[in-house]
Amino acid sequence: MTYVAKPLFHHPDLPKNKLGFTHRDYEGKVSTLCAGCGHDSITASIIEACFDLSIEPHRVAKISGIGCSSKTPDYFLGNSHGFNSVHGRMPSVLTGANLANRDLIYLGVSGDGDSASIGFGQFAHCMRRGVNMTYIVENNGVYGLTKGQFSATADRGSKSKRGVVNSDNAIDMAGIALQLGASFVARSFSGDKKQLVPLIKAAIEHQGAAFIDVISPCVAFNNHAGSTKSFDYVREHNEAVNFLDFITGRAPIHIDYAPGTVEMVEQHDGTVLALRKLNAEYDVHDRQAAMSFLHHQAADGQIVTGLLYVEEDAEDLHGHLNTVPAPLNTLNEKDLCPGSAALEKINASLR
Amino acid sequence: MPTANPISSVNDFVIRFANVNGSGSASANELFGRSILRMGVPVSPRNIFPSNIQGLPTWYEVRVSEAGHLGARGGVDMMVAMNPQTWDKDVASIEPGGYLLYDSTKPMPKSKFRDDINVLGVPLTAITNSTYTDPRQRQLFKNIIYLGVLSALLDIDPKVIETLIAEQYKGKEKLLSSNVHALHLGRDYALGNLKCPIGLRVQKADKVGDRIFIEGNSAAALGAVYGGATVCAWYPITPSSSLADAFTSHCRRLRHDPETKQAKYAIVQGEDELASIGIVIGAGWNGARAFTATSGPGISLMQEFIGLSYFAEIPAVIVDVQRAGPSTGMPTRTQQCDIISTAYASHGDTKHVLLFPEDPAEAFEMTAQAFDLADRLQTTIFVMLDLDIGMNHRLCRSLKWDDARQYDRGKIMTADMLQSGKDFGRYLDVDGDGIPFRTYPGTHPTKGSFFTRGTSRDRYARYTEEGSAYADNMQRLLRKFETAKDLVPRPLQANADKPTKYGVIYFGSTSPAMDEAIQLLEARGQQLDRLRVRAFPFHSSVASFIAEHDFVYVVEQNRDSQLRSLIVNECSIDPVRLVPIVHYDGTPITARFIAHAIGDHLDALKITPLRKVVS
Repeated sequence: MTYVAKPLFHHPDLPKNKLGFTHRDYEGKVSTLCAGCGHDSITASIIEACFDLSIEPHRVAKISGIGCSSKTPDYFLGNSHGFNSVHGRMPSVLTGANLANRDLIYLGVSGDGDSASIGFGQFAHCMRRGVNMTYIVENNGVYGLTKGQFSATADRGSKSKRGVVNSDNAIDMAGIALQLGASFVARSFSGDKKQLVPLIKAAIEHQGAAFIDVISPCVAFNNHAGSTKSFDYVREHNEAVNFLDFITGRAPIHIDYAPGTVEMVEQHDGTVLALRKLNAEYDVHDRQAAMSFLHHQAADGQIVTGLLYVEEDAEDLHGHLNTVPAPLNTLNEKDLCPGSAALEKINASLR
Repeated sequence: MPTANPISSVNDFVIRFANVNGSGSASANELFGRSILRMGVPVSPRNIFPSNIQGLPTWYEVRVSEAGHLGARGGVDMMVAMNPQTWDKDVASIEPGGYLLYDSTKPMPKSKFRDDINVLGVPLTAITNSTYTDPRQRQLFKNIIYLGVLSALLDIDPKVIETLIAEQYKGKEKLLSSNVHALHLGRDYALGNLKCPIGLRVQKADKVGDRIFIEGNSAAALGAVYGGATVCAWYPITPSSSLADAFTSHCRRLRHDPETKQAKYAIVQGEDELASIGIVIGAGWNGARAFTATSGPGISLMQEFIGLSYFAEIPAVIVDVQRAGPSTGMPTRTQQCDIISTAYASHGDTKHVLLFPEDPAEAFEMTAQAFDLADRLQTTIFVMLDLDIGMNHRLCRSLKWDDARQYDRGKIMTADMLQSGKDFGRYLDVDGDGIPFRTYPGTHPTKGSFFTRGTSRDRYARYTEEGSAYADNMQRLLRKFETAKDLVPRPLQANADKPTKYGVIYFGSTSPAMDEAIQLLEARGQQLDRLRVRAFPFHSSVASFIAEHDFVYVVEQNRDSQLRSLIVNECSIDPVRLVPIVHYDGTPITARFIAHAIGDHLDALKITPLRKVVS
């Protein structure tokens, strides 16, 4: 549908954010995905999150791999640079981009084939390194562009559209991210924008490796009976542990939740997450318990969603490497080249 | 000592040390080479090492050449045989009349020696064990003791060695004095028990000048520092790992903010070569100068990304320290075997820029230049080192840097240019050189952003699957490659004293052996013009050089004469006009090999054909 030009005009009363932008300023091209695709709902959630946060669209770098999900960065933030890179290699490209300029916001968009199958290694290692980014996996359990093969997140025993039963064990991306040290881990559902938008906002504000596994049903190949990634199945088995209200800035916080049901989590940059607990026992600061809970519920066929883990004082890769505050891509000869005098000393030491 | 018509030579011989890997011999051997250099006599050392940490055989060869020949020569005039595992082969490799220095602590049967060599026994183990009790000390000082023996045998000034030891152990007085003591233990034994000096001697000369002694990998890493690299991502692989290590240590000294101590660089050890090149390409896309160092198998793994860099036009620098094929073992031996796999790397129609440094000085210059070329041409630039240059100390001219030099960041469209209304098409050729403007991410709120894809876009980066737009872009990429021909280092030509119909083309680490081979051939009365190719794409002078000669030898260190194939293909040369001279057993090519191969070929041409029978 790229031949359909998106009209530029919009309603004069569209709400504006702090920067004076409307929703339209955060949109991209018209989606070419199937009508009803879960990915388009995630696109809408990303747009809403960026609008709400009053992010300057051009200060975001959108990086993806290859696949249906990896096409979506073209459909939001049209004034941002995007990079449709190599299948399964978004994490390394994003890591490099982040090293070059720490001042931009990095949004990595990937799919379950891209991140759990071909790119599993890169996914794992960028989590280990703590690259400051929001890494969203649009997880539908199948390969869409190549017409419905299982991916590595398809549950064992789930059935393909052609009736084939998957015999391989599934990879739980959120569980793996937890184990590898991601400092922000969440899971959500493309059909639950109310849950997803605040999670994306919180992930963007998080100064470290933030991972969101978004179950996003494939209407063409994985939305039938026997699938564990269909709209119906996910709705029936969705077990949200909490609900997030995202609060930016240091404005006084007025929350009228019942005492004991809300936890205020202040992130490193001063943003506050008001976490409305749906499961009173669940502790978002206990990595081991979170992993154990996920595994336990998965065994019961439940899909745990919500903010699963957050480390408020996370340090990112730049912190580990102790790099200068200025983006490395702004350094010039004066900053980088030691000059002829230093070279002469080096020469002298080599004689 | 048997009298076997001993070789007599001053400042011109090859000595080889046969050691056990991990025995600490490397530093003693390096000290040996450096001491001769300090006496003003050029040396070229070469490590021949196994894929092993401890136990397997390793050799260190030093060619001493007052005439300044730095290529491998072939043959061994003196063997320091410290490894029983390789004894037979080592003894057999000595030239007739050559010398064998060995540890005579345990008597050896006569059958283990040769009659036509000069055998010098020193009870090294006995001396060591009577002096030291600590096993580690015994092992380390044994090496210094044989260095002392050699200083007496070869007439090396012990003061020079002492100075070098003092420089090495500056501030560690205890180590300094114990090393000097060990040196004299060996020296005194030799002076007291052997006829010193032997026929091989080192004599003070003035042939080193202000040249420096550096490994190519270290020089290339320094080139990356000077060339403004800020992101390095790499994965360990011999023989390139020491390049990333050197970059790390250079950066630690040269690239920290003096006040805040913060780093003006980022180095990431990737989980594999795919991640390394991915990080480099992400950084290049975002406007940082980035590189990786790898070797052949790494290049294989990086293929997909290299193609993306070509099609999406993203700057990247890859230093390929070439070595022999897969597995372990041969990969610690040198070759020039990645010419085709880099020149045409990846899927689809691609061509890449290659630079061929001949020594560490050029490795420094070309690596620094590679970052300018990558930014200018918006593509991957390969710096084609090899193990022979990369992992051996080589005498080369001092490194130079012009402080007025500015980095060429290429065609970057800035926020001001966009604001002033300048037309921006990411893949638009605005001035005929095939190179479009690019914008860095985050440049301007409403102008200049684009979606980066490998293909399927028009000149303004708008999505299209039109074949004509694809073909249009591919033609522009060819124009860009044409532009590259005049940006890369030009070939260097040196003509024979007398006019000749024959020429030779060579590149990279073959250089010193080739220079020497020319002299050997001249001595046989055979003249050759020579052209050292320094980059791909080839400058027009390559084709004209071939046109000016009846035929041209192409000398290279791989089986399939890869550079020759590239020349044939890219310059449309009739293959019969290019005679392949190849050397690929993993040892560095020698002047003797080249002179022999070319000389014999030329001799064969002289055979007068039988006169045609006139009927």
